[in-house]
Amino acid sequence: MRQIPLQYSRLPKTYRIVERKQETPNVQTLTFGGSLGAHPGQFVMVWVPGVDEVPMSVAEDDGAVTKITFFNVGDTTKVLAEMHPGDLVGLRGPFGTHYEWKPGQHNVLVAGGYGAAPMYFLAKETVGSGCSLEVIIGARSKEHLLFLDALEKLPHVSLHVSTNDGSVGHKGCNTDILEKLLESCPRHSDGAKKKECSPIDQVFACGPEMMLKKISQITEHHEIPSQLSLERYMKCGYGLCGNCCMDSLGIRLCCEGPVVKNDVCTKLTEFGRYHRDSLGKKHSF
Amino acid sequence: MNLSQTILGVQFENPTILASGILGITASSWRFVAENGAGGITTKSLWPVPHEGNKNPTMISTPHWSLNAVGVPDAGPEKATEEISDFLKTHPVPLIANVIGTTSEEFVAITEKIAPLKPDFFEVNLSTPTFLKLVGHFPSANLEEAMSITSAVKKVARGIPVFVKLTPNVPNIGEIAAACVKAGADGITAINTVGPGLAIDLRSRTPILAAEVGGVSGPGIKPIAIRCVAEIYEKTEGKVPIIGTGGVETGEDAIEMMIAGASLVGIGTAVGERGVDVFAKVCEEMQLWCTNEGVQNVSALVGSMKRSSGKK
Repeated sequence: MRQIPLQYSRLPKTYRIVERKQETPNVQTLTFGGSLGAHPGQFVMVWVPGVDEVPMSVAEDDGAVTKITFFNVGDTTKVLAEMHPGDLVGLRGPFGTHYEWKPGQHNVLVAGGYGAAPMYFLAKETVGSGCSLEVIIGARSKEHLLFLDALEKLPHVSLHVSTNDGSVGHKGCNTDILEKLLESCPRHSDGAKKKECSPIDQVFACGPEMMLKKISQITEHHEIPSQLSLERYMKCGYGLCGNCCMDSLGIRLCCEGPVVKNDVCTKLTEFGRYHRDSLGKKHSF
Repeated sequence: MNLSQTILGVQFENPTILASGILGITASSWRFVAENGAGGITTKSLWPVPHEGNKNPTMISTPHWSLNAVGVPDAGPEKATEEISDFLKTHPVPLIANVIGTTSEEFVAITEKIAPLKPDFFEVNLSTPTFLKLVGHFPSANLEEAMSITSAVKKVARGIPVFVKLTPNVPNIGEIAAACVKAGADGITAINTVGPGLAIDLRSRTPILAAEVGGVSGPGIKPIAIRCVAEIYEKTEGKVPIIGTGGVETGEDAIEMMIAGASLVGIGTAVGERGVDVFAKVCEEMQLWCTNEGVQNVSALVGSMKRSSGKK
């Protein structure tokens, strides 16, 4: 079959669901046959014909299949959650920026809640290019943790777990673990390595915005580069509608994001403060 | 080579304008577009009361065309006031406030709210396909209605020049433009989207847009826009400025629009195809073309089309 030019990714193409997996009581993964050529951190517009279309980060694209993982929380995801193999779902994309790394780096991945979905994709791809990882995964409680088994099976990954209620791992926030990790690990500039940890090159994060804001502050304080996956209301996905523009730089999260480097995040005055709805009206976090 | 244009006393460093409906929700996004080379900015359509848009999908594209039915969402005058005031504090480029309503009274109400902020121009949206859903027709397709809204807006615009944005989906756009000018319009913006059009997903046999039909934009509509602008220029005898909009992607497209009669050139859909810096790219291409052709001032191009002897 001929290659579809990139621009045609702006028109949805319907795929049949080939597999449906219940990850936790409220989270499901749908698998579609075929690749969109997505990189970790990029998103697709997921269209339920006749219902609505919503942005979702790509949970995996291995060149043969594409997966999306979603939390059953809105009108569209409720319909999606009722769909079965053979049903049609439209995918448009992939859109936006993705996480960037160099082979052989030692990086930290921080996942909060269902932010774990793109982080597993990222972990798999980075480990595949010779990186070693500290993966910090956090959720409200044990039953909400995502992809623990899959992450445990990846080589060169040290897994750290936190839950708000302490049902497993550290009781508290995943950012507590990040802070300790960055304090205990030496910097490249320190020269000699400490036994417990080699220097950390970058921090990648995906999850609720207040968690990301905290990570932005922690990594800025420790002078370690970080890349954060932000989320805003989206319509077109390719830079036309303007709904996902962030103050005060005016950048479009669908084009200049969703993965934004922290030196840019720190200049976004609305980051961690407010977001806008479909009409453009501000709402505080 | 000089790309600047002074239109109704307002100076534009170059003739490229962000068309209404693309980006344009926040002051920071207007500044972002200005930093990327736009000579002027048009806001999204502003309503006198908050207005809900359509569900997604609202916008889809191929390299040839885009189809949109966003539904003209807006958070209302309070948010518009905040954003416009913020932008005009630094005023990096001229700002055109696009206003909309379903009745003459609504057009007046929003214009009265925005006029004290002193945008550089008003643009009156009489032509979004959303009107078909809201009132069953394009206000600018009806000569009397177009004239009465234009004249009502003009009365409350506090001397700020008023442009009227027209639909191409009529047999007499030139006459409509001339009538709007007679009713007090200081300029014309043309064209709004063509259609509406429809795109169907084959496997699900479902219209892709949630609203089913939407306005067609993008490079495919350029010849229609050029013809409309030429017709408007002729019927208004070149007496009022035209913001020529529709399918412009390159410097040569912009020059063609100016030769047809446009003083300023709207760019919208091309932001998706060439990036947000399409404005800077178009200006660079215009510079190059004009330099090669010995054109000193871009204003010399406006309405310079020579009629064919074959036209009857």
